[in-house]
Amino acid sequence: MNPKTLKYILKRVVLAIFTIWVVITLTFFIMHAVPGGPFVGEKAVTPQVQKAMEAKYGLDKPLFRQYLTYLNDVCHLRFGPSLKQRGRMVIDIIGDGLKTSAKLGVIAAAIATALGVILGSFAALRRNTILDRIIMVITTAFVSMPSFIMGSLLLVAFAVRTHIFPANGSTAAGLVLPIITLMLYPMSYITRLTRSSMLDVLGQDYIRTAKAKGVSRTNIIFKHALKNALIPVITYLGPELAYITTGSLVVEQIFAVPGIGRAFVNSITNRDYTLIMGTTIVLATFIVIMNLVSDIMYKVVDPRINLE
Amino acid sequence: MMEGSKVSDIMKDLNIQVNPNDFIPATEEEKEYMVQMRPSTTAFKDGMRRLRKNKVAMVSFYIILIITLSAVFVPMFWPYKYEAMLGMQPGKAVDATFNNLKPFEYSASELALKEQGQKVVPHIFGTDSAGRDYFIRVVYGTRISLAVGFFASIIVLVIGLLVGSVSGYAGGKVDMIIMRIVDIIYSLPDMLMVILLASVLKMTLASKLEGTPLAKIGSNIISLFIIFALLYWVSMARLVRGQILSLREQEYVLAAQAAGAKGGWVIRKHLLPNCVSVIVISTALQIPSAIFTESYLSFLGLGVNAPMPSLGSLASDALNGLSSYPYRLVIPAIVISLIVLSLNLFGDGLRDAFDPKLNS
Repeated sequence: MNPKTLKYILKRVVLAIFTIWVVITLTFFIMHAVPGGPFVGEKAVTPQVQKAMEAKYGLDKPLFRQYLTYLNDVCHLRFGPSLKQRGRMVIDIIGDGLKTSAKLGVIAAAIATALGVILGSFAALRRNTILDRIIMVITTAFVSMPSFIMGSLLLVAFAVRTHIFPANGSTAAGLVLPIITLMLYPMSYITRLTRSSMLDVLGQDYIRTAKAKGVSRTNIIFKHALKNALIPVITYLGPELAYITTGSLVVEQIFAVPGIGRAFVNSITNRDYTLIMGTTIVLATFIVIMNLVSDIMYKVVDPRINLE
Repeated sequence: MMEGSKVSDIMKDLNIQVNPNDFIPATEEEKEYMVQMRPSTTAFKDGMRRLRKNKVAMVSFYIILIITLSAVFVPMFWPYKYEAMLGMQPGKAVDATFNNLKPFEYSASELALKEQGQKVVPHIFGTDSAGRDYFIRVVYGTRISLAVGFFASIIVLVIGLLVGSVSGYAGGKVDMIIMRIVDIIYSLPDMLMVILLASVLKMTLASKLEGTPLAKIGSNIISLFIIFALLYWVSMARLVRGQILSLREQEYVLAAQAAGAKGGWVIRKHLLPNCVSVIVISTALQIPSAIFTESYLSFLGLGVNAPMPSLGSLASDALNGLSSYPYRLVIPAIVISLIVLSLNLFGDGLRDAFDPKLNS
């Protein structure tokens, strides 16, 4: 690997770490700006009890001291107990939710990428035919539809009206609709991306050379064209996972999937501050790392790309 | 003379066949024929011509126009108000027959009025569970969503323009610091930050706004604008900076500086006018993304304050009675998708028409 690439990677890693630090710091100070503090809304307590509780959670110390303790805790994944779900630790709630959400997200991302690449190359190879037009119209429509609308419409069509799939996402069959909801947008985006980059590649000189040499059509498509056409798709993988992560917040809510997204949305309505902080930090870190990985992969895969 | 004869010798050797008829001066008629018939045009007119030729963009434009006009004017003359619970009239018992009407159904009292031969404006989309006319709620929700999208884009435009042009023109340390801040904000996961900020601002702002004129707009919409002002200006700033950086090296900027022009003057008179098309296009594309964000937040209960409707909150409310009244979800869903789709297509059309370089 040449030193320029190495320098680029180092720069991006530093930026990513810095971003995560900003997220952690922001969540801390934002939560402190909330009026009342975490014990408002509890039963009326005497000043002594209030003092004792604040001392127990370290809230009587100066703000900067609290911030340092908090930083240290976050680095060790100690997010403290949930304020509303009695006796449960935030990290356990997140861990439980992640199992379901990860399954949902990984399947949706895999299907979206595979279908997107296939449809996109197909549209490019059959450019300006009816099929190409249909694919483009449908993907344009999907790209313009917010995920919560897509999810609600699917819920009406396939669960409420026809009962093909269960409306509740806690079973395996119930995950079908949430997965479809989550994958439609990234699939459409990848289809359009692959189509335009495939068209670009197919117009290159080396494709003509390969044709002139008598290379078979299959070989041209898979060995020459697709390999290069997929490079822009790599850059989208990070944003794709970010989209699926944030999209799952509402989608899990609509289909009642017991994942991290639903825990997050519920924590907002319940004002469960520790859970909000914990989930934000975990999800944000995940998104930042995914973006970092996809950016680095992009530069490593294609040495032609200017590193500036 | 020696030279001349040499040339003619060479000409003879090359044996060039010159037809003297080709060199006869053109007649007036021929000149007329060659004259460009189209009147000279400005870049703006040229772009408009290309835009008008683009059927998809024009259809989208008319859809946006119709939606916007009806969102602005229909509430002015429609007999029902968006927040009026029709069954609850002062001095009368609550009339529950107004609640949950299907499209084009009438309540008991309205049916009685019709019996007497009076005209009653139909509830085109029925009423909701609180007896409010659903049609006017959708129209009003569209108005709110469009307004939020528009003003959020203006905020993004102003901040992005300011920061981007200063950063691009100043260069050096100022540029580096601003760009590092931009980098960080850019790599923040925006939706998560938006949700976090919205949920906190909702609580902190509500008490502070009370009694001020801003309270009428609602703490949630204000916090939405604050979020856009904090997070969404970065891509606009990057765009403007990039444009300014490339334009800064042009000769006419050097000429202006040599003539003694100050930084602000050069930015306003020379640099910004030249990147105006790029800026307008990305502002146009910002509107659907703002509408998207607003509806997403409303759906999570972080959007507009009740009873004010927005398309997102209408869709979210509809989830509760989904099995009996699915059209209450479908209608706002179609309107949002239509607005976002046509704005996107129109924005693409604008880009193709006014900035052909960008596409190729």
